[in-house]
Amino acid sequence: MAILIVAEHDNRTLKGATLNAVSAASRIGGELHLLVAGEGCGAVAEAAAQVAGVSKVLVADNAAYGHQLAENLSRLVAELGRDYSHLIAPATTTGKNVMPRVAALLDVAQLSDIVAVESENIFKRPIYAGNAIATVESLDPIKVITVRGTAFDAAAETGGSARVENLSAVHDAGTSAFVGEEVAQSDRPELTAAKVVVSGGRGMGNGENFALLEQLADKLGAAVGASRAAVDAGFVPNDMQVGQTGKIVAPELYIAVGISGAIQHLAGMKESKIIVAINKDEEAPIFQVADYGLVADLFEAVPELESRL
Amino acid sequence: MKVLVAVKRVIDYNVKVRVKSDHTDVDLANVKMALNPFCEIAVEEAVRLKEAGTASEVVVVSIGPKACQEQIRTALALGADRGIQIETDTMPESLNVAKLLAKVVEAEQPQLVILGKQSIDADNNQTGQMLGALLDLPQGTFASDVKVAGDKVNVTREVDGGLQTLALNLPAIVTTDLRLNEPRYASLPNIMKAKKKPLEVKTPTDLGVELKSHTRLLNVTPPAERQAGIRVSSVDELVDKLKNEAKVLRGG
Ligand SMILES: Cc1cc2nc3c(=O)[nH]c(=O)nc-3n(C[C@H](O)[C@H](O)[C@H](O)COP(=O)(O)OP(=O)(O)OC[C@H]3O[C@@H](n4cnc5c(N)ncnc54)[C@H](O)[C@@H]3O)c2cc1C
Ligand SMILES: Nc1ncnc2c1ncn2[C@@H]1O[C@H](COP(=O)(O)O)[C@@H](O)[C@H]1O
Repeated sequence: MAILIVAEHDNRTLKGATLNAVSAASRIGGELHLLVAGEGCGAVAEAAAQVAGVSKVLVADNAAYGHQLAENLSRLVAELGRDYSHLIAPATTTGKNVMPRVAALLDVAQLSDIVAVESENIFKRPIYAGNAIATVESLDPIKVITVRGTAFDAAAETGGSARVENLSAVHDAGTSAFVGEEVAQSDRPELTAAKVVVSGGRGMGNGENFALLEQLADKLGAAVGASRAAVDAGFVPNDMQVGQTGKIVAPELYIAVGISGAIQHLAGMKESKIIVAINKDEEAPIFQVADYGLVADLFEAVPELESRL
Repeated sequence: MKVLVAVKRVIDYNVKVRVKSDHTDVDLANVKMALNPFCEIAVEEAVRLKEAGTASEVVVVSIGPKACQEQIRTALALGADRGIQIETDTMPESLNVAKLLAKVVEAEQPQLVILGKQSIDADNNQTGQMLGALLDLPQGTFASDVKVAGDKVNVTREVDGGLQTLALNLPAIVTTDLRLNEPRYASLPNIMKAKKKPLEVKTPTDLGVELKSHTRLLNVTPPAERQAGIRVSSVDELVDKLKNEAKVLRGG
């Protein structure tokens, strides 16, 4: 039995989410292979070969995979997949885009966002915005899975020395093309991997006021997140949304500022180790999950907090 | 151009679901049900394409027990032209849903199929992608902007790093994200009109699809509850607790 893990990367660096997926795969047991499909992704393949526990790296370096187009990548993964018991990817937007397509090509189910491995065919996954945890048994010969990164520690980045094998087969469906992208640039840690996250909600009032949170985040070495309401209102970009249908975070410290605590938001952050809520409404549901709740006007409390650090 | 929209009946998003005491499933008895919010966005997008003259007809499909006709009627009240219900005893798994939808697509030949990115009950986020694979059609998932131009559609997608735009050959599959549009409310006259719009009922057998189980639900448990925390009365007290009790801040 061998497991194929689809590496998450941007053709330059191997993304941390891959390491959590490797760690989930190692719980299943068996040989671990990493697939690096991209364009000009040699450096990623080298990094992948170092990951502890990985015995083989498959590299598909071709323009068809440069932007991880689902139509092309799913064909590649499905073709390789016939030789594996499990096909695993991080539950990132790339993994979510590609893996269900792989599953359908193989006529098997896909299990989304697993948070625990019970055995080689039994897994746990959250449903209903994390208000219930389902234990699901796969009845398929090949299990196609996406992994919630926050539920598994990262595998060590180094210590491995995998064989690297280049693949020559190219799958180009020719039905989709990359047009452009707007990638957010930030020097802060990545939201899903940060040890501290400071998030703002509708209570921030506008986008400029997020500067208050950025200053606080700089002092804490934190990433900045947001509620859906703050994104919808145009205060901040979509990639900052934390929640059921946004990003899942589980830092050591999560500070929710001007966020009411709707179930969809809680779904994305309630596994955080320590939760702090700053809200002027003492009835706000966020206080029910907060370890430390401060009923205060954020425009006074946040600058004061920053000055104390 | 014809647009097909897949809609699912789910628990209302305001309801916090409870797990049954025997841990076999969640308790949906007497719980308010609704159109999945992402499907509402899908219907709205299709109706806007029709209002803009790009689409000529909007067909909605829902798969599930008879009760899901309610959600088809909701979609018709929002402006869809006709509905198709595929009757099953329970909500089928995504791959089965995708296979049924694929048969409807083959029969109806829409140029665009719009689905929600995720159903808020199962949180699967997979049916649209599966449908794309079965039909060998391109997909624009997590869409925040959809522009049809000639024989292509440009889809802007909400991805982890920001936004990405793809050009897809038509016919294509689109799945909706939250920022694609803000769905309208159905007016009373439109709710009345929707009752007279055509709604066809089919079975999986009619479509020649055999429903297969690929997974088995072993149990459903409540998540670990968080211990109730405390209120702090000042920023100073908060900083003190974070440093000395929670030990998540360094320094003194
Ligand atoms: C399908 C669907 C998916 C969703 N997915 C997500 C998701 O992934 N993530 C998510 O976050 N939401 C999601 N939502 C939205 C969710 O239901 C809530 O609407 C949203 O989380 C509310 O955001 P908020 O707390 O910022 O705004 P509000 O609920 O408006 O809360 C604002 C809070 O700020 C406080 N406040 C205002 N001014 C101040 C001040 N000066 N000082 C201190 N406090 C102040 C108020 O007391 C209030 O509690 C989803 C909803 C749906 C239907
Ligand atoms: N039973 C169903 N009937 C019709 N459409 C469905 C059904 N299940 C899922 N879908 C569609 O697929 C989308 C994604 O659902 P899911 O893959 O379950 O998260 C939904 O928003 C619907 O558009």
